[in-house]
Amino acid sequence: MRLRQPSALPGFGLALGYTLVYLGLIVLLPLAALVMQAAGLGPRGIWAVATEPRTLAALRISFGLALAAALLDCVFGLLIAWVLTRYEFPGRRLIDAAVDLPFALPTAVAGIALATLYAPNEWIGALLAPFGVKVAFTPAGIFVALVFVALPFTVRTVQPLIVEIDRSIEEASATLGASRHQTVARVVLPLLVPAMLTGFALAFARAVSEYGSVIFIAGNLPYVSEIAPVLIVIKLEEYNYAGATAIAVIMLALAFCILLAINLLQAWSRRRFGHV
Amino acid sequence: MSKVLVRPRNASSATTERPAVRVLLIALALVFLALFLILPVVLVFAEALRKGVAVYFATFHDPDALAAIRLTVTVVAIAVPLNMLFGIAASWAIAKFEFVGKNLLVTLIDLPFSISPVVSGLIYVLLFGAQGWFGPWLKQHGIEIIFALPGIVLATMFVTFPFVARELIPLMEQQGNADEEAALTLGASGLRAFLTATLPNIRWGLLYGVLLCNARAMGEFGAVAVVSGHVRGFTTTMPLQVEILYNEYNFVAAFAMASLLTLLALVTLAAKTLLEMHYGEALARAPRV
Repeated sequence: MRLRQPSALPGFGLALGYTLVYLGLIVLLPLAALVMQAAGLGPRGIWAVATEPRTLAALRISFGLALAAALLDCVFGLLIAWVLTRYEFPGRRLIDAAVDLPFALPTAVAGIALATLYAPNEWIGALLAPFGVKVAFTPAGIFVALVFVALPFTVRTVQPLIVEIDRSIEEASATLGASRHQTVARVVLPLLVPAMLTGFALAFARAVSEYGSVIFIAGNLPYVSEIAPVLIVIKLEEYNYAGATAIAVIMLALAFCILLAINLLQAWSRRRFGHV
Repeated sequence: MSKVLVRPRNASSATTERPAVRVLLIALALVFLALFLILPVVLVFAEALRKGVAVYFATFHDPDALAAIRLTVTVVAIAVPLNMLFGIAASWAIAKFEFVGKNLLVTLIDLPFSISPVVSGLIYVLLFGAQGWFGPWLKQHGIEIIFALPGIVLATMFVTFPFVARELIPLMEQQGNADEEAALTLGASGLRAFLTATLPNIRWGLLYGVLLCNARAMGEFGAVAVVSGHVRGFTTTMPLQVEILYNEYNFVAAFAMASLLTLLALVTLAAKTLLEMHYGEALARAPRV
């Protein structure tokens, strides 16, 4: 077996060598430090940290709210992608570009802007206060921040698929007597399900690891509004490397599971629909 | 993968919703976007200018603010070119050649995207921190990495690692090897073939990747927060300065600094949109998420 197919182009050794060295130094070596530290703790050590009540609470808050935010983003991501591809209205291009804002806006900026927006005596917060709804410095605030950071993932995963839908199948459905909402529910939406699942997983992965935009609006109260990444930072500030590593490893393991799920979903949808 | 470029917008009613439903859906989407995306941006500028333009500009005379801006520019000036070089090398090896383990390599390059920013900072603390692998040795030799510039640069490089490579790999795969092979047949050296055949083909994609890499590098918060130590005037980047000012209830100064980062984000978005509009054919056609 050949390790490499012959090619007329030069520079393979140099390019690959440089890639591997740089990848090794910047990404793999530090990750190895994490793995070694975790191995030093052993499964028992990690389990001990993972089952501390404060860790459990933080993980529950992080994963629960990330799931909820990804779910809402999935619904509105579909809506926004649909509106942007199917309808013509003034400012459509601008809105389309604005969807990527959470990618471009630094998380700390988003954090202080959202915290101020939803503070009890500020713009949106003041509107909600008469109804007894508090967002800033509660778990609801975390939810809002996560919805913000994860939104582009769901829009941008579904959008190209809506563009690619063959309009003739919608015509065929209508010709066969389906009402418009039957066509949407039974013909269009099933085509978009795989992309929505992928978008959901990406949004969830992003939301669960988010730190910068959350800390300002969360209030960071242990057991109530403290997310897992905040707990990692607290452990690090106490020079508790072991505790920080244990939580990081749990989160990494989950991130890998999500990545795997995304890959499986994409493979499945490619088999079923021949694209994505 | 083919893309339908012409969208029938005035298709018959059989393949679109009733006008009332359409208006409702558009309104719903716009309200959601206004609440979650537009309002925060408006608020940043409103808060920054709350006490007038003079106060706004005065906040930038603070030496700590200037030091933060200088530090961010320094970090970006080191991290972005290095990641650009890596992106070019990686995409050359991956897109132009067939070899065993290619898929694994691509997955490893994407890895930093799936790691929490805080964990990205943590791994460098484990390596170079006081109780880390190299901590004692570094201390003996008087080298500072964590709570100093090198740590901030490394953490930034880690989080922005895949940007350029992930834009260039699909682009160069689509373009194939024909141009380079032609250049070599005509007697060009490998370097010359790259400069005259490859580079013109990938320049817009490269710019696109560098643009995104730059925006993220300037704005990175979580990873940098972990390795910085928050030493005012020395290891606080612009986003960290925003945090410090905000936590001191110095809201005008915090939002003034934030407004610079917001402008950067808006310029990045505008440039990105222009690139997609005018050079969409010269960018990778894969969905970019």
